[in-house]
Amino acid sequence: MKNIKIALVGQPNVGKSMLTNAMGNTTLHVGNFSGVTVDKKEISFQYDDYNITMVDLPGTYMLNDYSKEEKVTSSYLRHEEYDLILNIVDSTNLERNLQLTSELLALDKKMVIALNIIDEAKKEGIEIDSKQMSNLLNIDVVKTSAQTKEGIDELLKDIVKTHITKKRDSKLVFNEHIENSISSIEEHLKQNNYVSNSSYRKIALELLSKNRDRYSQISHEPIWITLSAVLKDAIDSIKQNSSESDMLDILAEEYMAFNKGLITETVKVTKLDAEKITLTQQIDNTLMHPLFGLPIFIFLMWGLFQLTFEIGSIPMDWIDGFFGWLGDTVGSSIANEELRSLVVDGIIAGVGAVVLFVPNIIILFIGIALLESTGYMSRVAYLLDGFFHKFGMHGQSFIPLVTGFGCSIPAYMSARILKNDRDRLLTLFIISFMSCGARLPIYVLFAGAFFENDSAGNVLFIIYISGAMIGLIAAKVLRMTVFKGPSEPFVMEMPKYRMPSTRLIWTTVKIKTWMYLKKAGTFIAAASMLVWFLSNYPKNLELKQSYEAKIEVASRVEKVELENRLNEKILEHSYLGTIGKFIEPAFTPIGMDWKMAVALQTGLAAKEVVVSTLGVLYSLGGDVDEQNSSLASKLKENISLASAIAFLIIIMTYLPCFAATIVFAKEAGGFKYAVYLFIFTTVIAYSLAFIGYHLVL
Amino acid sequence: MKTIVDCEINKPCIVKKLHTQGALRQRLISFGILKGETITYLSSTALKNTYKIRVGKMSIALRLEEAKKIEVE
Repeated sequence: MKNIKIALVGQPNVGKSMLTNAMGNTTLHVGNFSGVTVDKKEISFQYDDYNITMVDLPGTYMLNDYSKEEKVTSSYLRHEEYDLILNIVDSTNLERNLQLTSELLALDKKMVIALNIIDEAKKEGIEIDSKQMSNLLNIDVVKTSAQTKEGIDELLKDIVKTHITKKRDSKLVFNEHIENSISSIEEHLKQNNYVSNSSYRKIALELLSKNRDRYSQISHEPIWITLSAVLKDAIDSIKQNSSESDMLDILAEEYMAFNKGLITETVKVTKLDAEKITLTQQIDNTLMHPLFGLPIFIFLMWGLFQLTFEIGSIPMDWIDGFFGWLGDTVGSSIANEELRSLVVDGIIAGVGAVVLFVPNIIILFIGIALLESTGYMSRVAYLLDGFFHKFGMHGQSFIPLVTGFGCSIPAYMSARILKNDRDRLLTLFIISFMSCGARLPIYVLFAGAFFENDSAGNVLFIIYISGAMIGLIAAKVLRMTVFKGPSEPFVMEMPKYRMPSTRLIWTTVKIKTWMYLKKAGTFIAAASMLVWFLSNYPKNLELKQSYEAKIEVASRVEKVELENRLNEKILEHSYLGTIGKFIEPAFTPIGMDWKMAVALQTGLAAKEVVVSTLGVLYSLGGDVDEQNSSLASKLKENISLASAIAFLIIIMTYLPCFAATIVFAKEAGGFKYAVYLFIFTTVIAYSLAFIGYHLVL
Repeated sequence: MKTIVDCEINKPCIVKKLHTQGALRQRLISFGILKGETITYLSSTALKNTYKIRVGKMSIALRLEEAKKIEVE
C-alpha cells in the first residue's frame, strides 16, 4: 500500500469539509461561517492501491498570519511534509477564491484544483472551461459538487495521477520587473549553492512578500550578508516600477491581474442577471434590517428555548417511566440488598437522570447546527458587534460564545478566529458564562420543579440570557482592568445563505447526542456508582438497629417518619455526608445544605453529574412516598426557592467541567490561566449567589 | 477625504487608498479591497456602527472605524 498525503486548502465557506465527506465517506462537521475547521483534522481512506490521508486545514482567505487559524494553515503549508495540495475553490466566486490559489501556486508544490459547488455555478449561469484553465495553470482542474457527487471520482483519479507524475512547472508569472527581481535572487542563491528543501523561486517570492518565517530563518545564515543587498535592490527595482509602495499591495495587485486574465479566458456568464437581487440579499434585507434584525434574532433564540422545553418535555415522561420500570424490574430480580441498591439507586437512578434530558439536548443541538450551517451566525455577529464592542468585545466573539451554548470545548477552540491575543483571552474567559448543553438538564430540572409549567420555557430563556449578560459585564470589567488596549478590527465575510442539508444536521446532532449518551453510560455511570458508594458507606449498624427497634413498635404514621429519619441519618454519617458537612459552612451563607454543596462539587468533574448526584442523594434520603417520587418534586420539598436560585446562579457561573478547563488552559496558553479562571469564576459565582439568595429570601 | 461610509447606498465606488497598515490592511486586501477595485455600500446597523459592503460577489461586514479607512474616488 502506498501513501498519499494531501493538504486540503480553501477559503472559508467553499464546502471543503463537505467535499471531503463525499470523497472519503467520512462524517465531519461542516459549518457555513468562517472558522469551522479550527484545527487541522486528518481523514484517511483507501482508494485504488493508495492509502490517502487528507489534512483538512482551516479555511483561509490568503496565506497570511491574520488569525491564529490562518497561521495554522500557512505554517503547515510552508513547513510540513505532504505530497500535494488540493485546493478547493467556490466556482460561484472564482475571482475571490483564485487569490488564494495564486498564492498556493507560488509555493511551488504539486497541486490539484477542485472547482467545487459547480452545481450552484451552473444554476447561476456560470460556465467554466476547466480544460482551458488546466492548460493555462499547468495543473489538473476538476469540476466537483459534494451535493450531486459530480467529479468526485475524477478528482481522486487526478490526485493519484498528479502524485505519480513529475511536478509540472508553474505558469504563474508576474510582470517583468518582478520576474527580473525573482531571477536575481534565484541567481544569487544558485551562485552560493544555497541548500534548502524549498525551490529557489519559492524562497525568492517569500523574501519579496516579507514572509516572517523565511526572514527570521535566512537572516541568521551567512548568505544573508550578501543576499540582503541583492534583496534590497530587487525590492527597490519593483517599487520604482509600481504606483504602490508596499510589496504586499504590489503582489496582491499582480495576483489579481493574473486571476482576472485567467477568468476572462475560462469563464463565461450566460445569464445576465448579475445585478439582480439575489435570494441572499432578499433574506438579508429582513434578517439584517437595521431595526428589526436584532428583535428577530432575539425572537429566534427565545423560540429555540421554548421548543427545547416544550417539545423536549414530551418524551421525558416516557423515558422517566422507562427507567422507573427498569429499576423495578431489575431490582426485583436481585436478591442481595446491597447489590440491588447499587444497581437501582446508584447506576439506574444516576444514568436515568442524565438520559432523561436527551430530547432537550437534541433540540438545542439542532438549533445551533442550523444557526451555523445556514450562514445566519455571521449576520448575528454583524448585528451584535456594535453592542459587543461597548462591552469591549468583538462581534466575532459571538461565534465562540454561541458555540459555548452547545459545549465549551469547541467554543474554546473556535475562539482562535480572533486575531488579537487580548481579545481572544477575554473571550476565552467569558465563554464559561454561556451555559453549555450539559447544564441544560439542571436548568430543566429546577425550572420544572420551582416554576409553573407554562413559564418554565421563559425561565430557561432568562437563565441563558442572564448568564450571557453576566458574561458581558464580566468582559467589560476585565477589559477595563486586565485586558486594556486597542481592540481588534471587525472585518468579516457574510457568506451566502445555504439550505442546510438534513443529512449533515442529522450526522452532527447524532454524533453529539451519541457522545452525550456514551458519557452517560460510562463516565456518569461510574460517577453515580462512586456517589452511591460514598453515600452508603461506612455502614452504621448500631444506628440502624436502634431505629429499627423503634420502628417495630411505632404506629403507622410514626413508622414513615422514623424510616425517613433513619435514611437521613445514614446519609449524614456516610463518607459523602462527612465531606458535605465539612464544606457546608462555606455554603450556608448562600443557603445551601451539604447535599447541594456536594452536588456542586461533583459538577466540577462534569455538569451532568450534578443531576445524577442529586438523583442519588435525594432518592436515598428524604421522602419515600411512592406517588411523589420524581426528583423534581423531591427537590421542591427539600429546597427553598431562594436556595434553588442561588444554586442555579452558581451553576450558571462557576468553572466548566474538568475537560473544558484543560482545553481552556491549552488555548489560553498555560496552566496559570486555568487557575485565574477558577478564581475569577468562583468569586463571581459565590458573590452573585450570595446576592441572589438574600434578594429572594 | 471621501470614504466608503460617505457613499450612497447601492452605488458602486472605486477604492482610492487604504489608510491603514499591518494586519487590517492585509485582511482588506485578502477580501479584494484594494486600489482600483469596485466596492458598494449596502447597509448599516441602526446606530451606524457596523457597515455591510459588497466586494465582487462577497458581502463583508466591518465596523465604522475600519470603514473610514477605505478612501474612495
